[in-house]
Amino acid sequence: MNLYAIRAIYRFEMARTFRTLLQSIASPVISTSLYFVVFGAAIGSRMGQIDGVPYGAFIIPGLIMLSLLNESISNASFAIYMPKWTGTIYELLSAPVNYCEILIGYVGAAATKSVVLGLLILLTARFFVDYRVEHPLVMLFFLVLTAVSFSLFGFIIGIWADNFEKLQIIPLMIVTPLTFLGGSFYSISMLPPVWQTVSLFNPVVYLVNGFRWSFFGTADVDVRVCLVMMLGFLALCIAVVWWVFRTGYRLKT
Amino acid sequence: MSPIISIRGLTKAYASGQVALRGVDLEIRRGEIFALLGPNGAGKTTLIGIVCGIVNPSSGTVLADGHDIVRDYRAARSRIGLVPQELCVEAFETVQDTVRFSRGLFGKPANPALIERLLRDLTLWDKRASPIKDLSGGMKRRVMIAKALAHEPQILFLDEPTAGVDVELRQDMWALVRALREGGVTVILTTHYIEEAEEMADRIGVIHRGELILVEDKDTLMRQLGTKQLSLQLRQPLEHIPAALRDDPLELSADGQTLTFTFDARAQDTGIAELLRRLHDHGIDFRELRSSESSLEDIFVNLVRARA
Repeated sequence: MNLYAIRAIYRFEMARTFRTLLQSIASPVISTSLYFVVFGAAIGSRMGQIDGVPYGAFIIPGLIMLSLLNESISNASFAIYMPKWTGTIYELLSAPVNYCEILIGYVGAAATKSVVLGLLILLTARFFVDYRVEHPLVMLFFLVLTAVSFSLFGFIIGIWADNFEKLQIIPLMIVTPLTFLGGSFYSISMLPPVWQTVSLFNPVVYLVNGFRWSFFGTADVDVRVCLVMMLGFLALCIAVVWWVFRTGYRLKT
Repeated sequence: MSPIISIRGLTKAYASGQVALRGVDLEIRRGEIFALLGPNGAGKTTLIGIVCGIVNPSSGTVLADGHDIVRDYRAARSRIGLVPQELCVEAFETVQDTVRFSRGLFGKPANPALIERLLRDLTLWDKRASPIKDLSGGMKRRVMIAKALAHEPQILFLDEPTAGVDVELRQDMWALVRALREGGVTVILTTHYIEEAEEMADRIGVIHRGELILVEDKDTLMRQLGTKQLSLQLRQPLEHIPAALRDDPLELSADGQTLTFTFDARAQDTGIAELLRRLHDHGIDFRELRSSESSLEDIFVNLVRARA
């Protein structure tokens, strides 16, 4: 294990975050606060409870997931896309590091940022609504699991993308719609039966519900199913990354 | 002594169908400066890319200090430093951070004293806290060299180190390469500036269309392939070469003032004495005589042309 290399990549990536602190941390926190103001305080006060949870609190897990997914993907995809774009990737490819070490460095840093961000949003929410976390350890576990899985997913996007448009298109066209339709702001039991069934094909539903269960002890989907789905997604991402590295796809000619 | 790099039957065909290398065999000796010479697109960068792990070979093997670059990549790569042709640097990082990063990436513990010496040697110390984007092109090039040397490699690849670099920096670069060699580092540089190879290299390899068409000690190469020329400045201009001398390798300049005799420097008898006697017999007198050796450039052009 080339621990020095992992540390070098990790520190480099974290340094990048601190150089762009406003963009990395402040802007997601601000935009989430705006959601709380609009949906939580303004509209939420006129909404009834969902599953016995006040609406303002109900949306917290979904809002955190929304930011977590976007930030994990964008952090990790940029981290690997930029060296490809500027050409500095030559150094990574010529270094005595294996793929596992590269992944731990990049994905570890991206996931760290996302987890910190998720916790910051959680703290921010305190200023707007009252909430409780019934299973804090499970909550933390889901937070880390999601951050790691989607950082891996972002890493794959960053490797696949060969222009800036491709870098943005999956988060914009797929992840964001899936998140909004994944029950971040509503319970899928509020949907007509057909759309409930359709929703079950949306992987984000499992993320949001698993996470929500850790807060309130209730969710639309069994938490064990959520866990299996999340681990499945993680395994899928690992498999794809393994293939990418084995073939040198978009990295080596 | 075993070669520090040993390349056997290396081929590379890109997915596009372009064949960049067609069976290259090459051994690099420990501690030498080896210049890989060739026109653009000859396969120089591909060859370096494979040895450094950036390009996957299609077939063939490469050993770096006895370690296979694929099976034993960790040991192989930790011995190699690479300065690519393109200036690619992290714009927002500081000089010091990026050099430290490189050392870590190559699996070495932090060594501030070494980094300081490196930056001082490359006259980057004063700029250590500057973001790289604020540096001049020549300084960026030096940052890349510092990065490549940060893990104390035994082998340094310099891909076109002086392309687009001003004269002064080029001199610095040459001095640096010599200093590295003094320190025991083997340097392999690619260039299409012949003068660079001529100035610096111990040995020269010529690559053309993916084939290594020649590997030779520079001095031997210059001696073996070098033709010499003898120029005679005539006292009286000639209108044409006298008929009796037509069969000699003589050329008359357009103004009739200079007669040039080409001879083989390797030959036992260069034919100069004979020529001078015959010129005297024909009453051709000269003011001045000068001999010149063909440059590596001429040799190179001849080689490539012979293959074309």
